[in-house]
Amino acid sequence: MSEAPVTTPVAPIPVTVLTGYLGAGKTTLLNRILSEQHGKRYAVIVNEFGEIGIDNDLIVESDEEIYEMNNGCVCCTVRGDLIRVVEGLMRRPGRFDAIIVETTGLADPVPVAQTFFMDDDVRAKTRLDAVVALVDARHLPARLKDSREAEDQIAFADVVVLNKTDLVTPEELDAVERTVRAINPSARIHRTERAAVPLDAVLDRGAFDLSRALDNDPHFLDHGHPDHACGPDCDHDHDHEHHHLGHDHDHDHYGHAHHDHAAPADIHDLTIKSISLRAGPLNPKRFFPWIEKITQLEGPNILRLKGIIAFEDDADRYVIQGVHMIVEGDHQRAWKQDEKRESRLVFIGRDLDREKLERTFLACQA
Amino acid sequence: MPTVAPIDLDDHCLATAFLGDVPVFALASGQVVRLDHGTHRHELHDGLLATALTWDGQGLVTGGEDGKVMRLNADGSETTLRGPARKWVSVVAAGPQNAVAFADGKTATVLLADKTEKTFEEARTIEGLAFAPKGLRLAMARYNGVSLAFVHGSAPALDFEWKGAHNQVTFSPDGRFLVTSMQENALHGWKLDGKPGAEQRHMRMTGYPAKVKSLSWSSKGKWLASSGAPSAIVWPFSAKDGPMGKAPLELGQRADTMVTCVACHPTEDLVAIGFGDGMVLAVRIADSKEALLRRPGQGPITAMAWNKPGRLLAFGSQAGDCGVVDIAG
Repeated sequence: MSEAPVTTPVAPIPVTVLTGYLGAGKTTLLNRILSEQHGKRYAVIVNEFGEIGIDNDLIVESDEEIYEMNNGCVCCTVRGDLIRVVEGLMRRPGRFDAIIVETTGLADPVPVAQTFFMDDDVRAKTRLDAVVALVDARHLPARLKDSREAEDQIAFADVVVLNKTDLVTPEELDAVERTVRAINPSARIHRTERAAVPLDAVLDRGAFDLSRALDNDPHFLDHGHPDHACGPDCDHDHDHEHHHLGHDHDHDHYGHAHHDHAAPADIHDLTIKSISLRAGPLNPKRFFPWIEKITQLEGPNILRLKGIIAFEDDADRYVIQGVHMIVEGDHQRAWKQDEKRESRLVFIGRDLDREKLERTFLACQA
Repeated sequence: MPTVAPIDLDDHCLATAFLGDVPVFALASGQVVRLDHGTHRHELHDGLLATALTWDGQGLVTGGEDGKVMRLNADGSETTLRGPARKWVSVVAAGPQNAVAFADGKTATVLLADKTEKTFEEARTIEGLAFAPKGLRLAMARYNGVSLAFVHGSAPALDFEWKGAHNQVTFSPDGRFLVTSMQENALHGWKLDGKPGAEQRHMRMTGYPAKVKSLSWSSKGKWLASSGAPSAIVWPFSAKDGPMGKAPLELGQRADTMVTCVACHPTEDLVAIGFGDGMVLAVRIADSKEALLRRPGQGPITAMAWNKPGRLLAFGSQAGDCGVVDIAG
């Protein structure tokens, strides 16, 4: 270490967050990640030592600790235990190439993800790679009836592993996939048995790296496209904003305007919906105050937001992503000759007023 | 002129201390290096996370990723205070009568000199520990405040509440104040000498651009120095109500780097200030006069400690370029 020049930046360590309800197959997937030959070493942060345990890997047990930031904002939550464990791990770099955080079945993925944006020390040394949700194909319908967490985990995921597909009929499987799609149209979905998903489909995805996510999946915001989306590029300068809210936002009624990519029968128990918006080139002087206001007012209801924005008189695409009230954006690359200069934005959340979002978004047009 | 005796340890230095006259450097790998007529390496842990100097200045108590709690003495002897365990021991503290405390998760354990053990359960993870300067009392920093437990007897712990996550806790040397550093860029303090039953008096110390990781009380407890800004932020604690309504001193301000570590001199009102670029300054509190103790090095200063007479200052960095400064040359 000491022979390295002082100025050499240490590459941030990628972090994969593994969520999923009890019995969905997290432990099976984790054991595969730890036992397969891939030449990478992982540090795994678990809530309880379960049946995992491969001698050569670093497994750290930690008590899930959700800390509300002391700034009056209910959705500004982080995982205090992760801050401490990551800090400890990063004092001895060179032991592992990546970190995997396994959450408990009932865990809210949001504080986990926010930790990697809101804590300066963690942010300086690591980058959130992707949030992967394991879903039990057979039990999902029941889970959605009795818990809000199962739905949150899917809504928040970049990658959904639809597991135990051998336990359902093809028709049931299609219905389950439509349900997942209805909750989260931009996640990449993989159907598997015994969590046998190719590891490169869940690891090193760069899902929160805006440029990479878009390069990997150029149509990631296309409506109905089976795809995924993304987040801020941790290596960029981002305008990192935490908006704190006076909680006077209007609770709009969630009308039963079913979203168009799922059959109504599947989605009775859903409380989350996604809203995809399109517009022509925008005026940045209208768009930035708008997105700031929307995330301030609706932040608690927004799980994820993702978008590619075309600004008038701007040769570059602007990409944006958010988690609750944290919004980050950056220029990504120049628009190509044959690309339609169009602005697209997807909100995934609860109690969102589609009509209002659409109207106000369109008003940002140049 | 101060002179620097460097030592390159090639590992993140977590803490340094003088055990008697012997400088020791505790490294993240779990090794503690002792400089006593040569370099002695003690493999105390597989991964070291926390250290505390015993009150008699003769021993270093350590906690690690291996769940062990160890004690290293000035003569190089090692004692295992607690054997390997599954959970990380991320915080330790030393107290009066050779008492030692450590926490893993939501449980704090006090080991007394007579080998008896007492445990304290909290509802949330214990992030910081400190013994009160008088009486056998243990402060445990946790989410939404601090619990102050009596080690002997069965009286329930006193709660000092303040919303938010508290990561570290310390008593003023005279025992009048309890101060925590928080997950937010702030310190929080409580006045302990209020009348029984009176409302708790709070002190909010905010305005830091970064998290406060290093705290140090001046010898008589008149000042509390802290990191987390481009200068050392030094709060006045001599008044009855501590720093309430007063502005802190800002010592050793730099334009391009942050203060990462502070260590007050054991007898004089003087503070050693370590920076993000490895520089170390000594600054007199009375007139802000500065003296350069060490030029910038390989990495941020992460640890500093004075010897008892206050002539030697040991320092360690994140990159492992450590050393001992003799301020008299």
